[in-house]
Amino acid sequence: MYIKLTNGIVYDPVHGINGEHRDIYINDGYITRKPSGNTKICKTYDMKGKIIMAGAIDIHTHIGGGKINIARMMLPEDHAADLVEKTELTRSGCGYAAPSTLTAGYRYAEMGYTACFEPAMLPSNARQTHMEMADTPMVDKGAYAMLGSDDFFLRMLASKKDQAAISDYVGWTINATQALGIKVVNPGGISAFKFNQRKLELDELNQYYGVSPRDILKSLARAVTELGIPHPLHVHGCNLGVPGNLNTTLETIRAVDGMRMHLTHIQFHSYGTEGDKNFSSGAAEIAEAVNKNPNISIDVGQILFGQTVTASGDSQHQYAGHWHADPKKWVIMDIECDAGCGVVPFKYRDKNFVNALQWAIGLEIFLLVDDPWRVFLTTDHPNGAPFTSYPHLIRLLMDRSFRNDILSTINKEAAAASTLASIDREYSLYDIAIMTRAAPARSLGLKNRGHLGSGAVADITVYSNHKDKEKMFSKPDYVFKDGELIVRNGKIVKVVNGATHTLRPEFDNGIEKSLKRYFNDFHTVSLGNFKIDDDEIVEHGNGKIIVQPCM
Amino acid sequence: MAKTSNISSVINKDVACPFCGILCDDLVIQNQDETLKILENGCPKAVASFEAKQAVSSPKIKGKDVPLSDAIAAMSDILKKSHNPLFSGLGTDVGGMRQVMHLADKTGAIVDHMHGNALIRNSLVLQDLGWITTTMTEIRNRADLIIFAGTDARNYPRFFERTIWNKQSMFKLKNEQRQIVYIGDQLDSKAGINPNGKRPTSLNCKTEQIGEVISGLHALVTGATLDVKEIAGIKIKTLQALAEQMKAAKYGVIVWSPAELDIPHAELTIQNFCEIVKYLTRFTRFAGFSLGGNDGATSANSVCAWQSGYPLRVNFNKGYPDYDAQRYSTHNVLKNKEVDSLVWISSFSSNVNSPRASIPTIVLGTPDTKLNFKPDVFIPVSTPGVDHSGQLIRADSVVSLPLKKLRQSPYANVSSILKQVIERM
Repeated sequence: MYIKLTNGIVYDPVHGINGEHRDIYINDGYITRKPSGNTKICKTYDMKGKIIMAGAIDIHTHIGGGKINIARMMLPEDHAADLVEKTELTRSGCGYAAPSTLTAGYRYAEMGYTACFEPAMLPSNARQTHMEMADTPMVDKGAYAMLGSDDFFLRMLASKKDQAAISDYVGWTINATQALGIKVVNPGGISAFKFNQRKLELDELNQYYGVSPRDILKSLARAVTELGIPHPLHVHGCNLGVPGNLNTTLETIRAVDGMRMHLTHIQFHSYGTEGDKNFSSGAAEIAEAVNKNPNISIDVGQILFGQTVTASGDSQHQYAGHWHADPKKWVIMDIECDAGCGVVPFKYRDKNFVNALQWAIGLEIFLLVDDPWRVFLTTDHPNGAPFTSYPHLIRLLMDRSFRNDILSTINKEAAAASTLASIDREYSLYDIAIMTRAAPARSLGLKNRGHLGSGAVADITVYSNHKDKEKMFSKPDYVFKDGELIVRNGKIVKVVNGATHTLRPEFDNGIEKSLKRYFNDFHTVSLGNFKIDDDEIVEHGNGKIIVQPCM
Repeated sequence: MAKTSNISSVINKDVACPFCGILCDDLVIQNQDETLKILENGCPKAVASFEAKQAVSSPKIKGKDVPLSDAIAAMSDILKKSHNPLFSGLGTDVGGMRQVMHLADKTGAIVDHMHGNALIRNSLVLQDLGWITTTMTEIRNRADLIIFAGTDARNYPRFFERTIWNKQSMFKLKNEQRQIVYIGDQLDSKAGINPNGKRPTSLNCKTEQIGEVISGLHALVTGATLDVKEIAGIKIKTLQALAEQMKAAKYGVIVWSPAELDIPHAELTIQNFCEIVKYLTRFTRFAGFSLGGNDGATSANSVCAWQSGYPLRVNFNKGYPDYDAQRYSTHNVLKNKEVDSLVWISSFSSNVNSPRASIPTIVLGTPDTKLNFKPDVFIPVSTPGVDHSGQLIRADSVVSLPLKKLRQSPYANVSSILKQVIERM
């Protein structure tokens, strides 16, 4: 059954198409070449004057798993003003910063997103993460398994086990938890906090294991490379939020010796200590380092003003940040000698010097990094702001006068301390299509997503080309998922489930022998039950699994 | 299940036990001609539950046996006519709870769990000041001081075996280095005796006074002096010694069981635990641990939170989730006549039965359910982790376990019944 989108203006950076009139044909859920002359076209949509892009992809959004469920439970006041009624098609829900799973899925689709990736799946909490993702409709999803503060890995590193064995363990973890990538959060620091260490510098030793964050980063980055995992090691570095962490971040880039690495929510890791308040922007240095090192990609983790909640695996720095909780309540958890988490509500204020400068630093990074293929649009939802603020953020990037208008309203000292006013750059629609579609798909190894070429999955978003880009990206005219029309004029017209993307890297399963013994000796779950089989996602989760190839 | 038709005996290993909140998952269970026997690692509760012969029952309408499809049709009819149903009990697995939420949303119902009172004692603390908590594997390998406040964990028979007295630990913490303390009313401290014979410390006080004792301890750990000789009958000297012990601990844990703190405003006592834990964490490491989650309570609370945004108790009557932990209790809404039909679900046991209410009542219960009234509809249901596969979330709200199908069952599961009702709505 052929569908034709005609007369639209197409932005498809994978094929170098920059705002050209092209017809798009869909058959059986995929984009195809123009069919032969006598093929029947069942449905034609006239997209005259409209902008067509692939469905957007969020590479880093906390949509599922224990910590975000703690945030939901903890914050009834977040939800009360943001209640979502059920409709004929959709379920009820609520939440602004920490929305219910169903509401999150609907909102993503209504914004033109067709895939979202949970970046911090603790292996010990992976089953619940998949349950929550299964209950997030409309979009495809996937998750990165969090390693680096787990006892098994740290003891391997401490006992100088060879890299091959460590890579086997990383591969085993990807398989056991049905993950799409590997993340490390404050490498070794979550473990160190459990031994009462309150900070951990890049070259400081975890006092029990005697290994440093640098050792951990190098080992995990190498494992990711050796296993052929498409997405580079996803790194939440040391010293999150600490003034002066700019140097840690620059040193972290050097630490991986040219191996590929993704530095996530880098805004929170780009702070200097200059000025009267000992807090300054490190955006220029960070952007320069990113520009010079083609092995590095980043997402920004832009903050936007207002109430949100920070939810992170970084229990060590979340504990340090709890003094700033607003409202004054917070949760820290130690988890299974595997990981941890911290949930701290926070309100970013435009008249507060630090918050205002954080806002400017994020935008400076966006605008100073030259290559949109290596910088992804995120707010680290919900840590910098809820994902629903993406259209606003896109406008800030595309519209210099809008940006400067807001700059003139924020804390004056912060505005003066930022170079933002002097930056003329405006992102183009082509740049936005790269950073929200083509680049994240490429980074994650999703070959048939993020573009509109023949063979691509027909995840497509169609916008009206408003001058106000916030308006444009808030409410697409059409969203197609797997070739089906799911959103019309910014409202759901059909509910679909979306699939879960995973990998099956090759590794020596001999590692499971020592893991089985280890689980028996030390854990409260058996190895067999730790692993998540396909049925739990397919049958119990009512979803489908897509296994992406390794490199 | 590994069973095939020509083998009459099958042994299942690594079986997770759904009959209490800590979900021990090392059981070895034999199925011999559809009779289950625990070969290894069964506590008395598990033995009684797994090995019980499956009762013979049938779907019933007003006490009369009917085919399942008729019972489902009758249930659907009641719910179609109902303006504000109550879904309570909610003793089911994640899959069952997902359908409860869907049907509650569709019918504008209130959802509450049979252990709702216990659940909300924790929720109120989480929503007021938050907490620092830990999980079972952390306690197992790290905790050198474990204070049981208002519970002796006897309702979780293998808690000590699985998390405290271990042959080995990751960080070479030896059993003799672990200190156990009980604070509460006549708690049974037997399980707390160290394998080397060392007896735990027991501080006896009424359950209502535990909060006061903890407040006193909190003052003492901050270095304050108290101008009293005793608190709740416990000598200040004794409390001072415990305060020093707490400060010296490398990783201390306070364990409570919200169900067992059955006193008015128990949340304030729980908050006392959480606040002293936070204070001690300024210097050393300390954490709380809540023992609960029987009858799928943790799963019900978690699924409710991710699907609606709120933990239990939620009312969908206005078309959106309306959260009120106190007002929407089963007891209150029945007493205040805020609901006009009741669906009671209990698929793990018949220990807690449906209240008798003067409104149309539907019971989805284990086949051995014995009620002191005839509900409008009764449907015997299979048990997750025995009769069908599924998933449950453990007491710590972090770890979840897959449940196995161990035997054939003639009874439908909660999820499939509710799916059929949803289709009829």
